[in-house]
Amino acid sequence: MGSLLQVNNVSKHFGGFTALAGVSLEITQGERFGLIGPNGSGKTTLINCIAGSLRNDAGSIRFQNAEISRLPAYKRTRLGIARSFQIPRPFHSMSVLENLLVPLQYVAHGKEEEVFAILKKIGLADKADALSSQLSQVELRKLELARAMAARPRLLISDEAMAGLSGAEVDEVLKILFDLNAEGITIIMIEHIMHAVMRFSQRVVCLDAGKIICEGTPASIVQNADVQRAYLGA
Amino acid sequence: MKYWIGAALLFIAALAAALSPVNEYFFYAGYVVLTFVVLSTAWNILGGYAGYVNFGTGAFFGLGSYSAVVLFKALSAPLAVQIVAAAAVGAALGFGVGIMTLRLRGIFFAIATVAILFIMETLMVNWRYVGGATGLQLLRPDVMAPFSSYTRMLFVVMALLAVVAVSVARYVQVSWIGRGLRAIRDSEEAAESSGVPTLRLKVFACTISGALMGAAGAPMPMYLSFIEPASTFSLNWGVSALAMPMIGGTAHWIGPVLGALLLGSIQQIVTVTISNEINVLVVGVLLVLFVVLAPDGIVGLFKKWVRYFR
Repeated sequence: MGSLLQVNNVSKHFGGFTALAGVSLEITQGERFGLIGPNGSGKTTLINCIAGSLRNDAGSIRFQNAEISRLPAYKRTRLGIARSFQIPRPFHSMSVLENLLVPLQYVAHGKEEEVFAILKKIGLADKADALSSQLSQVELRKLELARAMAARPRLLISDEAMAGLSGAEVDEVLKILFDLNAEGITIIMIEHIMHAVMRFSQRVVCLDAGKIICEGTPASIVQNADVQRAYLGA
Repeated sequence: MKYWIGAALLFIAALAAALSPVNEYFFYAGYVVLTFVVLSTAWNILGGYAGYVNFGTGAFFGLGSYSAVVLFKALSAPLAVQIVAAAAVGAALGFGVGIMTLRLRGIFFAIATVAILFIMETLMVNWRYVGGATGLQLLRPDVMAPFSSYTRMLFVVMALLAVVAVSVARYVQVSWIGRGLRAIRDSEEAAESSGVPTLRLKVFACTISGALMGAAGAPMPMYLSFIEPASTFSLNWGVSALAMPMIGGTAHWIGPVLGALLLGSIQQIVTVTISNEINVLVVGVLLVLFVVLAPDGIVGLFKKWVRYFR
């Protein structure tokens, strides 16, 4: 499998605060990749830099062997990078269906049937006409993923799609992500729910204070002393 | 298709009225109401669809008026040329304001548009050629056949501009552009990551909105036979252009039309029967009532009512 995304020495500062200090990682086609780290360690900043909501100050980001770090976010979405937001940001004046029509119309240029297929897969088919402001928390998370899927991504970044969900709901979302991966979509998962990210990921990277402190298989990560210190403060 | 037949019928009705012996005052008042139809429709493209509140309608409108005056004074340009030029100048200002949205959102954008209004007024106050602070008296050219008075002709011109403005707003609403603008209003970040080129769409909306506002201002100096900066760049234009769509409903192109017809007519009636000062009060009171009791405007009320009785 070839390399899909290369992050090379990426830094990001907010004023005097260093959110990312030279992060490098490589993600291969079809991989299930986990990104963990304590609060404020730079996980969301990193994926904002990848997805284009933020511009990195230094370093390069290459997607399918093309430099993307100066492209606006919408162009990156068109290249195949889609994301969900940590705090769901539905288009609240639109129905669930219309929410998905936005990326369908602006990115995939597909037909409406495609949107129904996505809703069915994600388990929102019966809510297609509901106003997105009336959805429950788990439905909003699913909508975030569904909307990202409507852009037909190659790389899906899931930013804490399971935070605040019950055990059964976590399993439900996890199954959706496994299914999407089986279709060939590469997935970066940011998650605080350890058992979920450990079950899902083939490879995990742990960030702390803007630096990668550890990289490896889920089993090796939980054994790592630095990770334990970062999380437990021991 | 139904829309175009309706629009054509309304325009023909306006034309027929202007050629009939109806009292001249009707056109004098109707012209102002139609101006508000254009302004509130134009405002709604940016403020209603995309959610960027513009208090500077007067800046675009006034710049359109002054562009017309300059062309008239320098070249005796005909009215049609004045309108097209005013639209171009309004579009240019709109383009600049659109670039501004790159940095300014929400309340900060609204404040910046107020600043633009004052900048424009100050510029014109200090420009001798267009009369400075005292203004300029203008001599109307001869009226064109088949109209019997200049006011009647301007009424028909404004009716045509209203049809153009509403058609543009309707196109923007139902096309892919409208869905993108709504996405921007709901969440600009989510829109961008759903593939919507947010900056481009915002600049587009600002430019179109500005062009229509500029065009609406062009015939005003001829209507008054006079121009001066204080009333041309009045904040009242912006307040009305904002209140009318809010009262009519911002989600649909018909909203600003209904709001402008209703509020504009009430204002004209109040001006004649009570006083000019009270009509500003009427705008304020109605706006507060609607924002509190019917935040989705007349269109929203109507939809609720239909759902209730079905």
